[in-house]
Amino acid sequence: METFFFFFFATLSIAAAIAMITSRDTVNSALFLVVNLVAVAGIFLLLKAQFLAVVQVLVYAGAIMVLFLFVIMLLNLNSEERFFSEFRIKYGIAFILSVLMLSLLVYAVADATNTLPVLSPDSAHIGTVEALGDTLFVTYILPVLSTAILLTAAVVGALMLAQRKNSGKKES
Amino acid sequence: MESVNELLTISPIVIIGFAGLFVMMLDAFTGNARWSFYASLFFCLAALAGAVQNVLGPTGTSFYSLVYYGGTASFGAVLVLTGTLFSLCLSKDYLEQTGNHIAEVYSLVLFAAFGMLLLVQANHMIVLFLGIESMSIALYALAGLLRDQKKSVEAALKYFLLGAFSTGFLLYGIALLYGSTGSLALPEIAEASDKGVMYWAGVGLLFTGFFFKVSAVPFHMWTPDVYQGSPTTVTAFMATASKSAAFVAFILVLSRALPDTSQQWQEVLWIFAVFTMVIGNLLALVQENIKRMLAYSSIAHAGYIMVGLAATSGAAYSAVLYYLFAYTLMNVGAFGVVAYYECHKNCDFTEIKNYAGLGFKKPIMGILMSVFLFSMVGIPPFAGFIGKYRVFAAAIDEGLISLVIIGVLASAISVYYYLSVLVYLYMKEDETGMVMKRPSTLYSLALIILALLTIYFGVHPGLLTDFLGSFYSVTW
Repeated sequence: METFFFFFFATLSIAAAIAMITSRDTVNSALFLVVNLVAVAGIFLLLKAQFLAVVQVLVYAGAIMVLFLFVIMLLNLNSEERFFSEFRIKYGIAFILSVLMLSLLVYAVADATNTLPVLSPDSAHIGTVEALGDTLFVTYILPVLSTAILLTAAVVGALMLAQRKNSGKKES
Repeated sequence: MESVNELLTISPIVIIGFAGLFVMMLDAFTGNARWSFYASLFFCLAALAGAVQNVLGPTGTSFYSLVYYGGTASFGAVLVLTGTLFSLCLSKDYLEQTGNHIAEVYSLVLFAAFGMLLLVQANHMIVLFLGIESMSIALYALAGLLRDQKKSVEAALKYFLLGAFSTGFLLYGIALLYGSTGSLALPEIAEASDKGVMYWAGVGLLFTGFFFKVSAVPFHMWTPDVYQGSPTTVTAFMATASKSAAFVAFILVLSRALPDTSQQWQEVLWIFAVFTMVIGNLLALVQENIKRMLAYSSIAHAGYIMVGLAATSGAAYSAVLYYLFAYTLMNVGAFGVVAYYECHKNCDFTEIKNYAGLGFKKPIMGILMSVFLFSMVGIPPFAGFIGKYRVFAAAIDEGLISLVIIGVLASAISVYYYLSVLVYLYMKEDETGMVMKRPSTLYSLALIILALLTIYFGVHPGLLTDFLGSFYSVTW
């Protein structure tokens, strides 16, 4: 069953990625990207990397996608075209069903040719929050803290470039 | 107690990281950039003291083998902090002249220095990558400091786009190396036995990333534009500290992660060194702007340093470290004098022909400029000569005679463009009759110290060369 879900998520992510780059409407593209990211999160879940799966949904599918959508809507790209193609329920169902069919097919072929992927037993405890926290905050504490400074530097730099002109003159 | 000792092994990193945050907060409370300036100078000196202490101490790894301390790594920290300290000394006057004296500059310089220190002490690809990123992101912002000048904006954008692109190469190289060797720690990469296509693709992409950071030809395109557009003291910082950091990290990667395959990548470095020396020097000949000229000259210097890397012996690596030290001293100095001249006439005074007759107006500045330029040419009593001599001598010992011949010829070309600046300074008449300002005490003091160090390490190099040679007498 797990192997089948792997094929399902894999097919879904590839199909959504193709749909994303071929779709003509920017918002549709963005929404397909969400589908793709959620599918990748599903694959992480199958690899028993729960934390990574949750972060993938929260950060990428959540925060970064909202940012994308905001930028698309604010910049008002290709305003002559419609933002949304109207969502028709039958297209949605057709998309899901065809992905399901395709993944069943790939699964059947892989099963018949004995090329099914096997999950390594070691991966069972790698992706848990406990293992991850242990790695990040004990072994890799120095890079984690350095990342904090890196992000601070990026914020300070962005603010410096964006602040009002000549604000420094009166101080000098 | 053990964790305190571990922290001491990376004391420069800790001090500078803290200093960046402190200086950032200080501005919120005082609102006066002058305090930030003095605080950053103080922390820089403290970090330099820590780095010197580490250089004299034992070598080893700490923080779960993520960082390497002592020896080459800590000497790299000394190089970075020397460049940072002197660029900071020059920054205040220059930024006040351009009306951009804001406190964020100092915290960004310190954040960049933090990245460089991580880079030179990295014993693990993740630390190396974080170092390169912290350094680059802070430098992108600093390059665009003069927002009302088109050149500065151009510099920042160009640096950012090309830099981000090169980071992609570096990261992909690291990923492929991880894929083929199963580890990100430098010594473990060396131990891996499988050297297949993926390994070589990883090494190639890693080299590309490094070549970009040290501006080796054909990845040098950004250098002249960025060096010209950035504020001159930031350029001094970029040209010395960030380049030294990238080279020291390159040495560490070559000698610790890829020692077994040196036969193969030696030839790659050989070819890139030839291109970098020849093209850097030839293009410098035709420059009319002194900042662009110094940018191409720094490309040429990167070429000489790569001759040392191509030699791949311990003697060559220690020669490269010495060269980087001399390079830092003379380049900060030269850019410092350029920044001083530039502050006249609305900060747009960088054409070499404008320097006509200036050598006699402010004799000390003229002499300082001559010292730095003669040192860059590689004329005997100055540190630049010893650096070049030791690098080329180490390459000859390794049998790279044709490479050294090309290097010496390229270096002979460089005499023309360095000395043409002096011809303008001393042998042309000044027709504009402009009045030169008096530089501040700290500014001239910093330049004089740089010049004295350049002369001292040229006359009496034995102390430092013996010391640097001792890093490589033991095999590791």
